[in-house]
Amino acid sequence: MTVPIIHMENIKKHYGNVIALNGVTFDVAAGECHCLLGDNGAGKSTFIKTMSGVHKPTEGSITLEGKPMSFNSPRDAMEAGIATVFQDLAMIPLMSVTRNFFMGREPVKGRGLFKRFDIDKANEITMAEMRKMGINLRGPDQAVGTLSGGERQTVAIARAVYFGAKVLILDEPTSALGVRQTSNVLATINRVRKQGIGVVFISHNVRHAMAVGDRFTVLNRGQTLGTARKGEISASDLQDLMAGGQELAELEGSLGGTI
Amino acid sequence: MSTAKLGQPDERIKSESLATKLMKRPELGAIGGVVLVTIFFLVTADRTMFTLSGIMNFMTPAAQLGILGIAAAMLMIGGEFDLSIGSMVAFAGMVFAALTVNAGLPLIVAIPLTLGVAAALGAANGLIVIRTGLPSFIVTLAGLFVLRGAALVGLKIFTGGSTQLRGVRDAVEGDFLAPIFSGDAFGFLFDWLAAAGMIETFKSGAPKIPGIPVEIIWFVLFALAATYVLLRTPIGNWIFATGGDSLAASNSGVPVRRVKISLFMLTAMAAALVAIITVIDAGSTDARRGFMKEFEAIITAVIGGCLLTGGYGSAIGAFFGAIIFGMVTIGLTYTRFDQDWFQIFLGTMLLLAVIFNNVIRRRVTGER
Repeated sequence: MTVPIIHMENIKKHYGNVIALNGVTFDVAAGECHCLLGDNGAGKSTFIKTMSGVHKPTEGSITLEGKPMSFNSPRDAMEAGIATVFQDLAMIPLMSVTRNFFMGREPVKGRGLFKRFDIDKANEITMAEMRKMGINLRGPDQAVGTLSGGERQTVAIARAVYFGAKVLILDEPTSALGVRQTSNVLATINRVRKQGIGVVFISHNVRHAMAVGDRFTVLNRGQTLGTARKGEISASDLQDLMAGGQELAELEGSLGGTI
Repeated sequence: MSTAKLGQPDERIKSESLATKLMKRPELGAIGGVVLVTIFFLVTADRTMFTLSGIMNFMTPAAQLGILGIAAAMLMIGGEFDLSIGSMVAFAGMVFAALTVNAGLPLIVAIPLTLGVAAALGAANGLIVIRTGLPSFIVTLAGLFVLRGAALVGLKIFTGGSTQLRGVRDAVEGDFLAPIFSGDAFGFLFDWLAAAGMIETFKSGAPKIPGIPVEIIWFVLFALAATYVLLRTPIGNWIFATGGDSLAASNSGVPVRRVKISLFMLTAMAAALVAIITVIDAGSTDARRGFMKEFEAIITAVIGGCLLTGGYGSAIGAFFGAIIFGMVTIGLTYTRFDQDWFQIFLGTMLLLAVIFNNVIRRRVTGER
């Protein structure tokens, strides 16, 4: 096992008297896709927000490439190479793909008063990066609003990768997508992982996780229920762990084993 | 995996014709409007409307409104409104007149001071909007009344009871900066053209128009600068992003607060510029200056393709929107129509523009 890029040890997060996370340990290595599974309310969102610098943990340590880290803002985390693609994607539908791609980090040319947005370079990079991800844009000026959900997800991922992400956190990237788009996004995740980036894939869909995951960690009621490698655990076991076992087994019986 | 091969466009996307591409430009509506209005007046108006002096006649009010309209458009693209710009014209006019007449300051001091006061008030608007999270519509509506009232009260203080402050022209007479903010530019060119017999002249041989009114020059330069900033600089990208979705923009590292405050400062300074130009031109200022201009400026921006929801629009569109405005206000006097048709026309134009913009937005975003 290689040294993990990021290691989160015994993370606890309390909001007043609510314990959102009660000791979560998680790590991700380069070129690995580590899936974080859990049902609604399990603490997935809180956990990734801690990882991406939105929240500070109440207790616990974060180690990045062997060095202890403390993020004060999402910007800190971004600069350290932890990129998060949240469900809202941080995309603006009315703006072109290029303008979205470089939003807040525009390349410039010229100097002084003539310092300007190098739009040709930006267009070229955008087209090239999107092509690498298997998406052929009509043109770099195409508005993001005209892209499908899967394509938007891919733009967001490509943007994170281009700007030097070492760890890429994907928050339920497939939850709102159709079958075809889901497989496109999963293929993209696979491609990103092969470039040596550590992917954290958050999902509550076991089948999607099984398709790309190398390791699986199940979160339930703010605690990790354990981590398994690919091949060590079956999809139905994961499903049971996520739902807390019992109840789902009963439900499954009444639904004829369809979920 | 995607079915499309590398380097080849997706077969399901039809290539676009030039017409479709043009349809997606925000300023299309305004340019179309200019063409329609021109045709209308070519048919109905007296021929003198489209002589050189006729054009200057309608371009002057267009320019004064356009400077406000372009700034309002940039602010609207950034996702906010400023209803206080009309009152700001009156207030800045009062400040400027008081500085030049009462304090006797030269323009090189009075102009930066006036712009500075306006910028500070604009920044205050922006700060209140950001701090309270209230819609800028309501915050600047308060500004509309406060500044109008302050202009009135201020004028009474500086004049000892009158609502009009005179004597600005005498006060700035001979100031080396005056030609930049008043009168006509390129006079020598027009003299030369007149001498060469290329433009109309009076019997004396002097050209019928002595030059291009300076506000038109300011208007054109401002439109070009605003377009450059919007389309070719990082700041332009930040303005679009801020208006499109301020949360997404700020998550991506765009300094949303700074962008918004700067835009509020810009609209206030544009109002101050218009105040300076028109006050020097008229030689006096009064409390009604800039009355209703905030609405006209917003209409100009909307005709120019700005969406009320922000994130979309163009400075060139506002430029043409202002020209439509000028043509209609002045143009009606060249026709046999009653002048009062103006407001009916204005309202109709606004409604059509909003409906048209909505359709365009759907096309751009591919909404169905």
